[in-house]
Amino acid sequence: MEKKLVHLTIDGRPIVAEEGQNVVEVAKANGIFIPSLCYYPHIDPPLGSCRVCTVMANGRSAAACTTLVKEGMDVVVNTDELQDWRKAVVEMMYAEGNHFCPSCEKSGDCDLQGLGYNLGVTVSRFPHLFVDHVVDYNPQRMVIEHNRCIRCRRCVEEVLTDEGQRVFSFQNRGNTTEVGIDYEQEAKLTHEQAMQAMHVCPVGAILVRGKSLARPRGDRKYDHDTVVSEVPLPKITALKPHLRRKKIVATTSLAGCFGCHMSMLDIDLDLVELIDLVEFNKSPLTDIKKFTKRADVGIIEGGCCNSDNVEVLKAFRENCDVLIAIGECSIWGGLPAMRNFVPLKECLVEAYSSATNNTESKLVIPHHPDLPEILDRVYACNEVVKIDHFVPGCPPDAGHIWKTVKNVLFGEKYAITHSEFKYD
Amino acid sequence: MKTHFPDEPLRSHTLDMLWQAQDEKGYIANEDIARIASQLQISEVELEGVASFYHFFHRKPAGKYRIYINNSILAEFKDYRDIVRAFEKATGAPLGGTDPTGTFGLYDTPCIGMCDQEPSALINFYPFTNLSPAKVDQIIDSLRSGVGVEFLANAVEDNIRYTPEREKTILLREFVPGKALQALTRWTPGEVLSEIKESGLAGRGGAFFPTGVKWELCSKFESDCRYIVCNADEGEPGTFKDRVLLNRLPGLLIEGMIVAGYAVGACRGIIYLRAEYRWLLPKIHAAIEMYEHLGWLGADTTAKEPFRFDIRVQIGAGSYVCGEETALLESMEGKRGEPRTKTFFPVEKGYLGRPTVINNVETLCAAARIMELGHERFSSLGTPVTRGTKLISVGGDCNRPGIYELEWGMTVAELLELCDAPDPYFIQVSGPSGQCISAWDSHRRFAGEDLLCGGALMIFDSTRDILQIIRNFTAFFKHESCGMCTPCRAGNFIFSRKLDKMARGLGSLQDITEMQQWGQIMKRTTRCGLGMTAPNPLLYALERFPEYFEQKLDSTRTGFNRSFDLESALEDYREAVQS
Repeated sequence: MEKKLVHLTIDGRPIVAEEGQNVVEVAKANGIFIPSLCYYPHIDPPLGSCRVCTVMANGRSAAACTTLVKEGMDVVVNTDELQDWRKAVVEMMYAEGNHFCPSCEKSGDCDLQGLGYNLGVTVSRFPHLFVDHVVDYNPQRMVIEHNRCIRCRRCVEEVLTDEGQRVFSFQNRGNTTEVGIDYEQEAKLTHEQAMQAMHVCPVGAILVRGKSLARPRGDRKYDHDTVVSEVPLPKITALKPHLRRKKIVATTSLAGCFGCHMSMLDIDLDLVELIDLVEFNKSPLTDIKKFTKRADVGIIEGGCCNSDNVEVLKAFRENCDVLIAIGECSIWGGLPAMRNFVPLKECLVEAYSSATNNTESKLVIPHHPDLPEILDRVYACNEVVKIDHFVPGCPPDAGHIWKTVKNVLFGEKYAITHSEFKYD
Repeated sequence: MKTHFPDEPLRSHTLDMLWQAQDEKGYIANEDIARIASQLQISEVELEGVASFYHFFHRKPAGKYRIYINNSILAEFKDYRDIVRAFEKATGAPLGGTDPTGTFGLYDTPCIGMCDQEPSALINFYPFTNLSPAKVDQIIDSLRSGVGVEFLANAVEDNIRYTPEREKTILLREFVPGKALQALTRWTPGEVLSEIKESGLAGRGGAFFPTGVKWELCSKFESDCRYIVCNADEGEPGTFKDRVLLNRLPGLLIEGMIVAGYAVGACRGIIYLRAEYRWLLPKIHAAIEMYEHLGWLGADTTAKEPFRFDIRVQIGAGSYVCGEETALLESMEGKRGEPRTKTFFPVEKGYLGRPTVINNVETLCAAARIMELGHERFSSLGTPVTRGTKLISVGGDCNRPGIYELEWGMTVAELLELCDAPDPYFIQVSGPSGQCISAWDSHRRFAGEDLLCGGALMIFDSTRDILQIIRNFTAFFKHESCGMCTPCRAGNFIFSRKLDKMARGLGSLQDITEMQQWGQIMKRTTRCGLGMTAPNPLLYALERFPEYFEQKLDSTRTGFNRSFDLESALEDYREAVQS
């Protein structure tokens, strides 16, 4: 029997579709992209759990995957507001989980990461929740990385044994909801079924031992996606003379690795142009230790792990008109924040007593009035002072850093190219 | 008493099986999970997922006497903390655990529907109300000396404070069994349907969907069996009207279900009773038995057209979101109580995929009264949009907390005067998911044209801290979110962190703006009504009480984030280097 056809509009475009299809599919077939994460074509009915595909259907917000097309339906996908809502939902996932892309096996193959790039997520507007999750090594052939799970529920619906038993199931409720795995059922999966489980996971939460880095760099799912096209930029030298007063810039590296500073110097010949435009005050580049002038812009690398970091950061806030946090560590803590799930004392005991290369039997934790004191956890810079702009990346691309700085200093319009904004 | 119908699948027995295991030894042991999972032929992790969804199921020994203390905001303002301390001292159990001997387990729990007699608690699901530290000592002493908990529980007062003049009282009038059913012997189902439609009755659970329309829709979907489900999962904090109806008029509810069953052409009725009301079970069972004797249940009836109907009760296990009708269906099917997507409405595919009518207790009781009194009597009352009367549960800072049956159209001021509230300041209408109004709004009318009310009115006087109210509500939503969709699961968590910051006096204007923006995003992106209404307490309060929030902000505006406290961030290190 032939399916009935219905007429609808998406973003004002008239579209004809088969009755019973969902909005994600219909939009896709007509070349309109609606981001989605939990949606997996043969899970029927769709789950509607991630909410990343939120659109307006007949004036009401709804998940596109659970909305079936109807005669006369009016769907709106792309407005500033809707794009912001969808982006917010993805940012919530970053704030809720512990996503350390540089150390993740799925990096480059990860749908969440791909979507982050796609939607232009630079920093989560929501504070990181830093909830400790376990990494479960008990299953026979899998490792379950709960830190990365986004509770999309795909695995719960998709991964079944030959007897039809579920291997995964949601546990608990509310903010403690997590995916549980049944060890007994997991052992019954064939190798192909286990690989399918890893594949069905949109992030790096389900890993099959020995197979986690199956695809080499260059062959990964998102290696060839280009999202933002190259836009020609006006040269600063073309700007009006009165905008060319030498601006004062200060920089510092707090709990970081100086990688961002290294990256900052990677603009090669543009450095020559830059010297004409700015003067560095307090900075490791000049070795000026204390502010001697008020700065237009302060560039911060690294988060705060000790009392000295806090002091320096506060001095920057007091002495700079605008603060720009560069790199993951300054934005939310970054790699040093991996200690945030472990009580400080445990960290110190591990470092100064239990570590195997330490021959001392007695625990001595360094402390001296001249030494900075260590904070209970690593703090993002904006937890300590107000930060005006964020440049993500590990490290951020030199072009990205300077375009941002020049925009702040001279109001120069800029576009970030895809290659400048992809870190996996 | 019948626990299930013979044609229901085994999976629908899941909650009962878990209850049985827990009632036997006080908790659900690993071997119970293994045994029940193999009976149901599902994996253990799937059953574990169901058990861990409901907060009354314990997977660890939880004491011979399990004590659940209500932590709703009205209890919080009525010495909840003293009561917790008294229980901790008397039992030796810390809140959230058991005493060393495993005799007592002490837990807190969201609203147990006793807001007119706080502080309150359930012990092994028997009610204890109007608690005081001295009373707590007495109870625990008696339990230790071997007195059965059922003998110690106190009778729960109905506290019916007000009904309109005699001919205008609909629900809380004198009840004569069988009166509502007389019409069924003369009328066809179609005639009953039009009677309910004519009356203008709309769903009393808070959504106010026209009841007659719902019944008619359901009756049109072909099926071997249709279901009438009574939603007695009254979980909205501050609401206790259904408790009073179930306690006082269980027969009226049964008659309402029979009427619905006849009109819709259903063969089965199920009452989904929240676990907090387990103590009402004997009364409900007695009512069901009575109608079996009268020939209205379990046998061919004397209705005008052939009709045979049967009712059973399903006990929930502690979950607010199960009051959402599709989550309730999932729960009845023995699954986690996660709301379904709205591809199908229950009237088309409900319980076990069959057409199902889900009505609130009060709605079904009102339907029975309409059959008894006639639709003209009902629809002549109230306002054009909302007909008839409405039960309101009033609690908080007033001298006459209890149940008020009011004709739609009454003003807030009139009700405040009836319940003798001397200093109303912050008034929460329809529970946390509803909205707050201030004393300035008391000219507003309870009516579909103005202020709808699902059944709860919480009154707070000017000594109460608004932030404490909102934090209690947000903690409630964070705890009760089903956890399935991102904006509700993570959003409520993020919200509660922000409110903690404000409570420490460190909020900034930016925090307020952010919460307003984020609240709107949550409302637009969540999967069901819980997440959609969760930001309401804060959003409404910001709108109604801006001056209160102004004084909660950090006024220095230095650009230093005052929530960062260097001294407390260094405490761990200083302690570590000293030891």
